[in-house]
Amino acid sequence: MKKLHLVLLVAIAAVITILLSFMGDLSTYETLATAKLKEGKTVTVIAKLDTNYKPAIIYNPLKDPNTTTIYVKDSLGNAAKVVYHFEKPMDMEKSERIVLKGKMKGDVFDITSKDGILIKCPSKYKDDPKAASNNLTQN
Amino acid sequence: MNYIGEHLLPGQLGFFFLILSFVAAGMACFAYGKAAQTEHLEDSKSWRKLGRVFFIIDAVSIFSIFVIIYTLISKHYFEYYYVWNHSDKSLDPKYLLSSIWEGQEGSFLLWMFWHAVLGLILMKTSKKWEAPVLSVVSFAQFILASTIIGIYIFDVKIGSNPFLLTRDNFGDLPVFQRADYLTLPRFQDGNGLNQLLQNYWMVIHPPILFLGFASTLVPFAYAIAGLWKKDYGGWSKDALPWVSFSAGILGLGIMMGAKWAYESLNFGGYWAWDPVENASLVPWLILVAGLHTHVVYNSTGHSLRATYLFYILSFVLVLYSTYLTRSGDLQDTSVHAFTNLGMNWQLRLLVFVFLIPSFVLFFMRYKKIPHIAKEENSWSREFWMFIGALVLFLSALAVIVPTSFPIFNKVFGTNWNIGEDKEFPYNRIQVFVAVIIGLLTAITQFMKYKQTDKGATLKSLLWPTVLTVAISTASSVFGAINYDKYGIGFLIAIHLALWASIYAVIANAAYIWVGLKGKMKAAGASVAHIGFGMFLVGVLISSAKKEVLSINHLNPLNFGGETKEKGEENLTMFQGIKTDMGSHWATYEKDSTTMGGKYMFFHIAMENKKSGEKFTLYPDLIKNSKGQEGYSNNPDSKHYLTHDIFSYVNYANKTKEGEDTAQFRVETVKYKDTLYYSSGFMILDTVGFRLENNRVEFTEKDTAIVAKLTVVPFNSSKKLTAYPYLTFNNNSIEYVPDTVISQGLAIQFKRPTDLTHFDIGVKESSNLTPFIALKVLKFPLINFVWLGIVIMIVGFVMTVRRRMRLINN
Repeated sequence: MKKLHLVLLVAIAAVITILLSFMGDLSTYETLATAKLKEGKTVTVIAKLDTNYKPAIIYNPLKDPNTTTIYVKDSLGNAAKVVYHFEKPMDMEKSERIVLKGKMKGDVFDITSKDGILIKCPSKYKDDPKAASNNLTQN
Repeated sequence: MNYIGEHLLPGQLGFFFLILSFVAAGMACFAYGKAAQTEHLEDSKSWRKLGRVFFIIDAVSIFSIFVIIYTLISKHYFEYYYVWNHSDKSLDPKYLLSSIWEGQEGSFLLWMFWHAVLGLILMKTSKKWEAPVLSVVSFAQFILASTIIGIYIFDVKIGSNPFLLTRDNFGDLPVFQRADYLTLPRFQDGNGLNQLLQNYWMVIHPPILFLGFASTLVPFAYAIAGLWKKDYGGWSKDALPWVSFSAGILGLGIMMGAKWAYESLNFGGYWAWDPVENASLVPWLILVAGLHTHVVYNSTGHSLRATYLFYILSFVLVLYSTYLTRSGDLQDTSVHAFTNLGMNWQLRLLVFVFLIPSFVLFFMRYKKIPHIAKEENSWSREFWMFIGALVLFLSALAVIVPTSFPIFNKVFGTNWNIGEDKEFPYNRIQVFVAVIIGLLTAITQFMKYKQTDKGATLKSLLWPTVLTVAISTASSVFGAINYDKYGIGFLIAIHLALWASIYAVIANAAYIWVGLKGKMKAAGASVAHIGFGMFLVGVLISSAKKEVLSINHLNPLNFGGETKEKGEENLTMFQGIKTDMGSHWATYEKDSTTMGGKYMFFHIAMENKKSGEKFTLYPDLIKNSKGQEGYSNNPDSKHYLTHDIFSYVNYANKTKEGEDTAQFRVETVKYKDTLYYSSGFMILDTVGFRLENNRVEFTEKDTAIVAKLTVVPFNSSKKLTAYPYLTFNNNSIEYVPDTVISQGLAIQFKRPTDLTHFDIGVKESSNLTPFIALKVLKFPLINFVWLGIVIMIVGFVMTVRRRMRLINN
């Protein structure tokens, strides 16, 4: 066997290992209802703030600057309480869509990684024609 | 309707140049293509002349478009949607430029601008390769121009035109029923530039990054020209300085973005494996792989096929990254990704229109690309360089595949996603890449092409190796690198990678003296390698030894098995109260605002516990631009040679300042009665005349009745004491409440109802005293990251100069 073939074989083995390593960590997109069925497993849920709660975001840095509690609901209308063990992301109030990565613990969706909440950055709304149109009809 | 006060001429002129650049690029592509195809020399020359004319027209049009957009923005013509949406009157002139590239149209324009500049240089320098190379460049210009012309063909919108008027975009809105709509307040000022982009890095990072993206077109164009003209290796020497240039500039552009993220974003670092960052890194990795196989080909004739593959892929991946960033398909995985402008089909087409023809051409010609059947000697430089290039390529795959999961999900209906921790899945692979690349970078230069004298190589490697082992062992033993969050295996990998990176620095430095006998002119590659090695050392140390200084020791919930995972990283700091931050004392002294309240700076006095050194950090909050309420936070760092102290404010009650509307809630209690508040309870211990307390010392003259209460918060075992009191002055009663700041409590002693019952007022409010939630991090050796990049770029510049001199001789 040629050396090059050996090298390529090693390379292919490396690729497979790498892909498998990613597969081991994969999470899946769930709704809040199916996430409850997979309690304890890391899942991704796309939700938005549950406006039935006022406020829907509870962050009291005076008492604990490292816990943010939010109430969300998903597109199917399931609601849940989310506990995020970090500071409140700066523009969360404005977010129309929140991507949550964490585990369901009982009725609480628990997020222990800082990257576990992704909200769209406000600058990205700027090119959204709807936002611009709203802006033009105000004041 | 005749609208009043609009400036329509510049827009019409701009649109004319848009169309002209589109048409001229198409014609240039055709004419240059003809020149490349025609065998007849005279015909070819006249086609080439025509191609030049059209390309120059294209370039001039693009420069004109740029000037016109800048004029519109600087004159604040808000009737233009692009101007209205991306700028406002308060912007500093340098940020007017940033306004141009805040939007998609402007970024594409910037890209085309650099293509035009590079094309003009190639026209002068590429000699016999001019026709095919410029034909490819013109084709790219043609395709890119189609993304900004904004015309409709059979009801299909092609591109998005930056010269559209606001009323063209939103014609249905009632406001445009008025001829004098421009006098309305909402047209007196624009939407402004995003706060986070109002940063000097945002003035220079996009142009450099786009120059990097644009420059990957040059090796691609040469490669396509080589396949097209069946002169497979003839372009190799001419293209080499361009590749070094491209790798240097693209690397610089990416790392400038990292520096910007470090200085003005709150990710707490310079790299977060965000899909948008990944998408720019991958073309660079593949380009660098191509650079190495290219050098191998020039010296030995091996690896030409791989070089072709890498150059084609690197440019196609630049296009793919544009699609990823711009299409909105990544919006659930990236914080940077932009929203969909309704032209995703065009962005996808952008990739395929280059991908398919270039790969068809590559595979058609594959068998004919010369290669050497005899395989490389395993004691040769080319063999190990090829292995290195292959590892870089695999490393790029390991980044781009998971980044593309959302795309796979879209295409194949799968449901994949990276887990909660998005950085570790990348880090645990790339750390091994660092081990291999570090080792190869160290050793390979000591080998010779084709056949190496083993003894001599080992001999010259001896001292660098001994030195490396000494330094590495010392840094592992005394460096206290004990990052055990992901277990011992990963920690060992970090140490191995650190050793390999140190080896890369030392061995390449040694090679300049031993291998090149100190000839600095030829040392470009070694210098670039030293820089890269230093960069790796900086990355490894600053990440593995990153320390959170603002660890919240006060939070009693801060224990248990998962503590490590949870971020107890913010500390609440009350104004004027000295707070313990591990190695430092920190005091939030005061705050100040500038620019009419736009920036709110927090003055954090830091004091090193050991050395007593004092300095002040000024992290700030910036009020968001119009149309978006709220604040963005902006970090501040104290830079030392060996580390940075990095801080940012996550919350400040000042921003919510309003009237304190909370009322005292009064209850009548007896001794030892319990009063509840939202997060705890308090007990009335005793009431006494001039009772001894920690607030005031009463004299004989005072008439004061003091209550003593013990406050017990639910979330803390620490009990607090409050002494509200009342005094009699000139027959009037003065109530002096006591505050328990950490609980947001004010407690008032109202009056005794009788000798055993007392009225106690309790008020809860968060506005009692200014406080902030602050995060402070320490990044050791972060300067190695930046210094390493600078040295690497210097190395690239040296190689460009040397390669150019070699061509000219």
